[in-house]
Amino acid sequence: MTPIPPDSVGLVTPARLRFSEPLALTSGGILADYELVYETYGELNSAASNAILVCHALSGSHHVAGYHSVSDKRPGWWEHHVGPGKSIDTDRFFVVACNNLGSCYGSTGPASPNPATGRPYGPDFPMVTVRDWVESQARLADHLGIARWAAVVGGSLGGMQALQWAIDYPERLGHAIIIAAAPKLTAQNIAFNEVARQAILTDPDFHDGRFYDHGTEPRRGLRIARMLGHITYLSEDIMREKFGRDIRGGKLNFDYQVAFEVESYLRHQADSFVGRFDANTYLLMTKALDYFDPAGATDGDLSAALAPVKADTLVLAFTSDWRFAPARSREIVKALHDNDLNVSYAEVTASHGHDAFLMPIPRYVDLLKSYMNRVLKDTRP
Amino acid sequence: MTPARSDFRIISDWIKPGSRVLDLGCGDGTLLDYLAQSKGASGYGLEIDDVRVGECMRRGVNIIQTDLDAGLSEFDAGSFDFVILSLTLQAVKYPDRLLREMLRVGTEGIVTFPNFGHWRARWQLGAHGRMPVSQALPHQWYDTPNIHLCTLHDFERLCAREAITILESQVVDHAHRQKLWLRLFPNLLGEIALYRFRRAELP
Repeated sequence: MTPIPPDSVGLVTPARLRFSEPLALTSGGILADYELVYETYGELNSAASNAILVCHALSGSHHVAGYHSVSDKRPGWWEHHVGPGKSIDTDRFFVVACNNLGSCYGSTGPASPNPATGRPYGPDFPMVTVRDWVESQARLADHLGIARWAAVVGGSLGGMQALQWAIDYPERLGHAIIIAAAPKLTAQNIAFNEVARQAILTDPDFHDGRFYDHGTEPRRGLRIARMLGHITYLSEDIMREKFGRDIRGGKLNFDYQVAFEVESYLRHQADSFVGRFDANTYLLMTKALDYFDPAGATDGDLSAALAPVKADTLVLAFTSDWRFAPARSREIVKALHDNDLNVSYAEVTASHGHDAFLMPIPRYVDLLKSYMNRVLKDTRP
Repeated sequence: MTPARSDFRIISDWIKPGSRVLDLGCGDGTLLDYLAQSKGASGYGLEIDDVRVGECMRRGVNIIQTDLDAGLSEFDAGSFDFVILSLTLQAVKYPDRLLREMLRVGTEGIVTFPNFGHWRARWQLGAHGRMPVSQALPHQWYDTPNIHLCTLHDFERLCAREAITILESQVVDHAHRQKLWLRLFPNLLGEIALYRFRRAELP
């Protein structure tokens, strides 16, 4: 174990909170009782004006920064951006990160016991949407004494939550920071999600989502889903750069074992995903992505959908991101300036594809840091 | 608060308090910031350059990174009171189209550009037979971003052709100072031209 770097929030312990007020979901379902797991970094000031909510993406969690134990090999998923002196400076801000409902990292989800049966929910866990997550996060904010977030921040599916926050609770956030996101998925995006879901749903070990009862899990389906996902998170350029056509062991074996480095990479990603991620959660999260469409309520008019928004917004996109391309971010920007709202937009040149939002790209770090200074100014009375 | 450049002060004088402003090619955001402070103006700056976008972000102005040559199609008609194009007209691919776009999305346009009719430019070209290089136009012909240079007369002719009414104009020297003699022979002595204009009323 290498020592924890000084610019890390260090050792962190997740907190858990039970909510017994029923949550009415977009789908019509109701969660009578649920738990949220979350982490916080930094300190809430006396005016409670410096709180930042970080929303996670499809396979993310509340573990945004720091380490759970000194033997952790890796820190939280946004360690590059959250910590003392970093873009989201925990010396200045109180950062809250919540694990979304339906996840498999601690908040109530399909693997949690269903109070009605005492067995895991499995397929009986209700479908949750981005709106439902925002609603549950608002309840967490109430509990933490945060009437208004200085900013709600997120990348990818997390960015969609930041946008939904700005629509649903205009008075409860000063800024929305929406990174590598889109106002809704394209048909192509939904298609990728559907292939991933089919891989899981048709795995004989899926057992209609009740695999927990069979002491198994649809490993094969989840592996394929993750491999497909990873292809879409990277760009062709970064794949060429990282793997090219490099051959493992230097020669072809004329069999179906790993020949090319890129195959090895995908298999490794798949292997590390099963065992730490739940197949039902994967299905739920991809559906939440597919269903996200705030303009659906306004006949496809995103500007009309964003009419309630009051927050100032930063939108960031990455040149090589083809899953949520810059043009999709521009749709959000247009809808915001159509409403005469304060919005800034920058396009960061990066070869990493969609995954760029997780990377410490210097210009990205600089832009986020600059914008967070603007957020900080607004926290002062 | 005091603007370093008098052309910014002239532009500010032209802008009504509380206006909605779009600044095309806004550079480091100084003008937008100044207009926000001096006139309570709000709006956006458009800029393509990464470094300048970063400066705008640090300054805290609303910056949208975009390529002006791609047009202003994402802005609806009549969105702004003023659309400003400061020292950028000469660097865009389609100045005539951009002028039309400015008056589609805004009520009034403000344009500033280096005057190619300045005596020094004429002298360098006429007497030395060389492309002019000056403080207002510091680049060599092969590396200049200024691909559409014009004189005051050229600009005014384009406005007439495009049915654009010029409301006000000014010229300043390379240090952006106003001088009495510049007003007497603007196309000969003015180094930077400033124009405020709007679409001509239909008869």
